[in-house]
Amino acid sequence: MRIPCPHCGERGNDEFVYLGAAALTRPAADAPAEAWHSYVYLRDNPAGLHSELWQHTHGCRRWLVVARDTRTHAVFSATDAAV
Amino acid sequence: MGYSFLSLVREALRGQTGWRPAWRDAAPKPAYDAIVVGGGGHGLATGYYLAKEHGLTNIAVLEKSYIGGGNTGRNTTIIRSNYLLPGNERMYEKSMQLWEGLEQDLNYNAMVSQRGVLNLYHSDAQRDVYARRGNAMRLHGVDAALLNETGVRKLYPWLDFDNARFPIRGGLLQRRGGTARHDAVAWGFAHGADRLGVDIVQNCEVTGFRISGGAVQGVETTRGYIAAPKIGLAVAGSTSRVAALAGLRLPIESHVLQAFVSEGVKPLVDGVLTFGAGHFYVSQSDKGGLVFGGDIDGYNSYAQRGSMPVVEDVMESGMAIMPAIGRLRVLRQWGGLVDMSMDGSPIIDRTPIDGLYLNAGWCYGGFKATPGSGWCFAHTMARDEPHFINSALRLDRFATGAVLDERGAGPTPNLH
Repeated sequence: MRIPCPHCGERGNDEFVYLGAAALTRPAADAPAEAWHSYVYLRDNPAGLHSELWQHTHGCRRWLVVARDTRTHAVFSATDAAV
Repeated sequence: MGYSFLSLVREALRGQTGWRPAWRDAAPKPAYDAIVVGGGGHGLATGYYLAKEHGLTNIAVLEKSYIGGGNTGRNTTIIRSNYLLPGNERMYEKSMQLWEGLEQDLNYNAMVSQRGVLNLYHSDAQRDVYARRGNAMRLHGVDAALLNETGVRKLYPWLDFDNARFPIRGGLLQRRGGTARHDAVAWGFAHGADRLGVDIVQNCEVTGFRISGGAVQGVETTRGYIAAPKIGLAVAGSTSRVAALAGLRLPIESHVLQAFVSEGVKPLVDGVLTFGAGHFYVSQSDKGGLVFGGDIDGYNSYAQRGSMPVVEDVMESGMAIMPAIGRLRVLRQWGGLVDMSMDGSPIIDRTPIDGLYLNAGWCYGGFKATPGSGWCFAHTMARDEPHFINSALRLDRFATGAVLDERGAGPTPNLH
């Protein structure tokens, strides 16, 4: 599996560290416990297109949002999470 | 039909013409008293114990493909009960006790072999951690022996004890641990369940649930609608997908775990060995191949195949403790899907939907738990409440904070 880093070019996935789903929104600090439970623990875990966070730890060290198919490991895009 | 010395002799004299299939390939009926979704080890064990312990015989186990064709046939066959936390340890020990009488119980040779599981330690700090775990096990009545280097040398003289980076200082040994033949475990439970009247329905994929008034009514399948007031999900690897059909969102990610088999060699590893400074576990099959594995690949996957960096990592870990295998060739490699739960421990519980039960989140631990998981899940389904043994493996523990995090890694599935 190779990830096209927008800063460094296409690299093998062993240069990156995986975090998990990118589509989670952090609740407000005073949000109800249920919102925090959902944010911290519950996941869609789709079979198919998954938007996820990877850090290019052995490259530019930027956090990337990667679109990938979890059934085939095909990577469609990678963009800088902060841009 | 039963298997015995007598039946072997009889069939030998009759030219092996009298054997019948070990279980019926049943067609689904329109309704059952209970349905178990998933014809892997856990699902079949659940069907077996529902019939045996709770007298429910009008039940079915539904499998989307053929039984034992998923993760039951994709693990490294290790059985053990060497956990630290009480909520986990009592369930895995129940499982261990069931393994010990399983073959007589099922009338099927599952090749259960209590050859000992040895976790190596490589530093003083790790020795302390293992001593603590061993003591926790003994407090639960489980066998554990802390070996020093001399003790390990007696068992495995050819290990790389003086490795510059990870010297082997000793190990924690559970002698009752060992291996079992994974396929035969699925076949044995199918055989046992079938003899009690359980329908095992293959090529029957669940495509939806009928739920009304907050209670489950039945399942839509590729072989038609089947009604049942109690439905249990034992579909680890695909749990999120199936549960989503019932509108549930779970604390689980699906990951891929690879395993490997080397070419056959003469007896070398007569127990199960694990590397304490990395993640590597190895045993030797009766055919002579070394069966080994390591970490999950670490990212969400439904692909049943892994990638090269983890292959390399597993091989390096193996070489770190047993350089003697350096010239062995790897014959086969495969990947299986695991439910990585948010705290690294399984879930055997009811769900917010009445009549729908969940058996999931097995991480690396599914195979060894097969009999205990089925036993606990059958109890939970039949009595509509968890048994004491699985009373900590609740679905709501993530909301209440009573998580079971053996590794202390937090809600990061790929680190458990």
